[in-house]
Amino acid sequence: MTTKASPYIPNTDAERELMLAAIGVRSIEDLVRDVPAQHRFPHLDLRPALSEFDLTAEISALAARNATPGEYACFLGGGAYRHYIPSVVKSVVARGEFLTSYTPYQPEVAQGTLQVGFEFQSMICEITGMEVANAGMYDGPTAFAEGALMACRITRRQTIAVLDTVDPRNIAILDAYSRHQDIKIVVIGRDDDLPEDAACLMVQSPNEYGVVEDLAALAARSHTSGALAVASVNPTSLGMFRSPGECDVDIVAAEGQALGVPLSFGGPYVGLFACKDVYKRQMPGRIVGRTTDTKGRVGYALTLQTREQHIRRERATSNICTSTALIGLLMTTYLAALGREGFRQVAELCYHKAHYAAAEIDRLPGYSVRNDGPFFHEFVVECPRPPAEINTALLDHKIIGGLDLSDRTPNGMLICVTEVNTRAEIDRLVSALAEIGPR
Amino acid sequence: MNVPIPGEIDRRLLNDRSVSGRIGVRMPDLDVPEQPLPDSGLLRSVPAHLPEVSQPEVVRYFTTLSRMNFSIDTNFYPLGSCTMKYNPKINEEMAFLPGMGGIHPHQPDETVQGALQLIWELQSDLGEITGLPGVCLAPLAGAQGEYTGLMVARAYFADRGETARTVALIPDSAHGTNPASAAMAGLDVITVPSDSDGNVNVEALRGLVDERTCVFMLTIPSTLGLFEPNILEITSVVHEAGGLVYADGANLNALLGIVKIGDLGFDIAHSNLHKTFSTPHGGGGPGAGPVLVSEELRRFLPTPVVERTGDDYRLVAPPDTIGRVNGFHGSFGVLVRAYTYIRAVGVEGMREIAENAIINANYIRSALSGEFGIAVDRICMHECVLSPQAQKAKGVSALDISKRLIDYGIHPPTMYFPLIIPEALMVEPTETESKDTLDRFIAVMRQINREIEEDPDLLHDAPHDTPNTRLDEAGAARNPYLHWRPEQNSQAAD
Repeated sequence: MTTKASPYIPNTDAERELMLAAIGVRSIEDLVRDVPAQHRFPHLDLRPALSEFDLTAEISALAARNATPGEYACFLGGGAYRHYIPSVVKSVVARGEFLTSYTPYQPEVAQGTLQVGFEFQSMICEITGMEVANAGMYDGPTAFAEGALMACRITRRQTIAVLDTVDPRNIAILDAYSRHQDIKIVVIGRDDDLPEDAACLMVQSPNEYGVVEDLAALAARSHTSGALAVASVNPTSLGMFRSPGECDVDIVAAEGQALGVPLSFGGPYVGLFACKDVYKRQMPGRIVGRTTDTKGRVGYALTLQTREQHIRRERATSNICTSTALIGLLMTTYLAALGREGFRQVAELCYHKAHYAAAEIDRLPGYSVRNDGPFFHEFVVECPRPPAEINTALLDHKIIGGLDLSDRTPNGMLICVTEVNTRAEIDRLVSALAEIGPR
Repeated sequence: MNVPIPGEIDRRLLNDRSVSGRIGVRMPDLDVPEQPLPDSGLLRSVPAHLPEVSQPEVVRYFTTLSRMNFSIDTNFYPLGSCTMKYNPKINEEMAFLPGMGGIHPHQPDETVQGALQLIWELQSDLGEITGLPGVCLAPLAGAQGEYTGLMVARAYFADRGETARTVALIPDSAHGTNPASAAMAGLDVITVPSDSDGNVNVEALRGLVDERTCVFMLTIPSTLGLFEPNILEITSVVHEAGGLVYADGANLNALLGIVKIGDLGFDIAHSNLHKTFSTPHGGGGPGAGPVLVSEELRRFLPTPVVERTGDDYRLVAPPDTIGRVNGFHGSFGVLVRAYTYIRAVGVEGMREIAENAIINANYIRSALSGEFGIAVDRICMHECVLSPQAQKAKGVSALDISKRLIDYGIHPPTMYFPLIIPEALMVEPTETESKDTLDRFIAVMRQINREIEEDPDLLHDAPHDTPNTRLDEAGAARNPYLHWRPEQNSQAAD
């Protein structure tokens, strides 16, 4: 016994016949006559439809072939971070009214999405100390690249200086975003001078080795050369560390994933984007503004839209259209649940646990923690053997080890510890590393 | 009618509800000895001014906000060009399985074989559906897919030494992202006019292609909802001039099982998984915009793609890759949803999707063409564009009609797009709407047409029962008010 009907398509054969008659045609073929006959209705080499029961079994079997943090203790960071996500976050994001609506071009029927967008922008301003924020970008690295392009538009300069401690992944994306715009990228060391025609200095804090940069000093240096300071920051760290706004940074980008967003193998995430008020009309992406309706009531609408592609076309500040509103909702709900106190607590838990782990590992024979400066929740361990070998051995201990940085620093491993890593897990990592030891 | 939320809605922002000492979630205690703090100059002097609210308040606040949205789950949402089809619930469940939603992007390949297999299977399925076998799922939305596709085209010509190919030809009916992406890719945009039937003016195109042509970007079916009858001639005109043809796949829903765009001569395309493949739009993303190319262009794809050797799956960089366009491997959670959808629909269901979408759109077109003008009144594909100019002459605009639809609980169509159609209202019902829903929409549109005669102010003042009436958008742009400020307290609730 087989059922032919699709659960996602309501109309029956009988209804389709009625509709075709109303249209005035005899068959579906009459509706696709403009499609070249020789290419019409091709054979598709796809598998047959599955029932929901079979589908669940098949995809659950794929999921079961992945080693899942939680089942394994996991010490990976490097741009994506595991944190506890409160149940209210998952519950709110499942609301169909948020999940299945479109970009709020019709504000009267999208006040939910719009007010969330306004809360999102407000929270970004609060945690970064910046004056304005947009309603979100694709992810942290693309937001960082767009920040540099924005600095070029503002300064009318075409050289982007990047500090050499910025994650190479971020530099690769910047290269892809600027390749066809006559922009030169110059990677400079901490003591190098900025090129004279630099539009900006790009800084990442904590940097690719986990070290917290002196944003105030770097911002001051950029300003001396007439360049803007563009910083990528870890938002969790801002529960403890000085905000980029306090450091006089001009444009701030951040990967918002750490704030309530599942790891999900790298996406979807949300890029946070903020800047000084004077630059707001050069921002990419959507912006929500507060306004009033015809009865004088407060409401929200997308604003400053003349920057955007649907109006400006080839002269827009960016080509971005669909972004990541729903992930912004996750972040907004997360920060609402954590509140002022929880935001600080998470940062402090990460800090103390990571420093505990670093001290314990540094004591092990053959292992040493690199001391390049203050760190937040990630640090580099120089291992007695290649990190890839150590990580393979750690898997047998049900541990997913740190990020292999041996392409940049000899036998370097970037270890990340957050509030979800219990002391028992950390101690288990330390004793496993001791056991694996030198070859 | 749309049922308004009874009673006054408390619109106060979270910071205006904040009471010092409230928390929404309890954090674990510190279970390691406290460690020395860094130099105080590095530390925050004032805590971030985040709201302090309890958990029940968080839930009620966001739930109340959600009820101020129209959505596919609650309303007919015929927003043209956006393919607002039903988003199956099983997709959500699969994306949040711990083995999918919980895995870290830096995990070694051998610990994520299930995820990599899913990506590989989806690459293959999308290549098969479109006839463009080179697939990279990394781009995070349609516009990023476009930019990526154009970078592939530029890399291809650079590789051939044809560096003078710096022109993107784009029809006047195109989405705004097309010219914006072309500009980012360093291409000069030249607009190709449409003819009176809404097709590409082939003679004009012939005059515009030359040795500077990099790509011709064409949305298929067009933003008028029409299939380009001269498509084979168009692709060969561009190819004869040495250029490539790019398909904006925003409207791919109309072509599933009807035709493979690769067979028509397209070299590059992107597909919006959040349109054709049923992943939720989320109030403006996340999406996914995979880029699809012919065999010849495959080696230029962005990184990473998944390759299979026997039963082993690996993330790899294509040999002449244009590089990395985002942080990791794409919108994986969106990819899981799209894959779940393709497996649920199966080979037998693909064509059924397109057919039902086409029948639904034509049903609306034929019913409304009498009262409301149709931009180009011929058989359409998945959407039709109304052009109510007679109504405009009576003092009622496409905007007024749109806002009045809201009073009937229907989300407005896409307005004033494509730009070449006066008073455009682009209606895309999708295949997941029933004949009953379409009949009601048609009846409401006719009712609105009568209201234009009897009481046009009903339209001018619409919508009436929503949490906000029409908003002062010009005022919002003139005096940007972009985040919470303390002085807002007194005026927030009205």
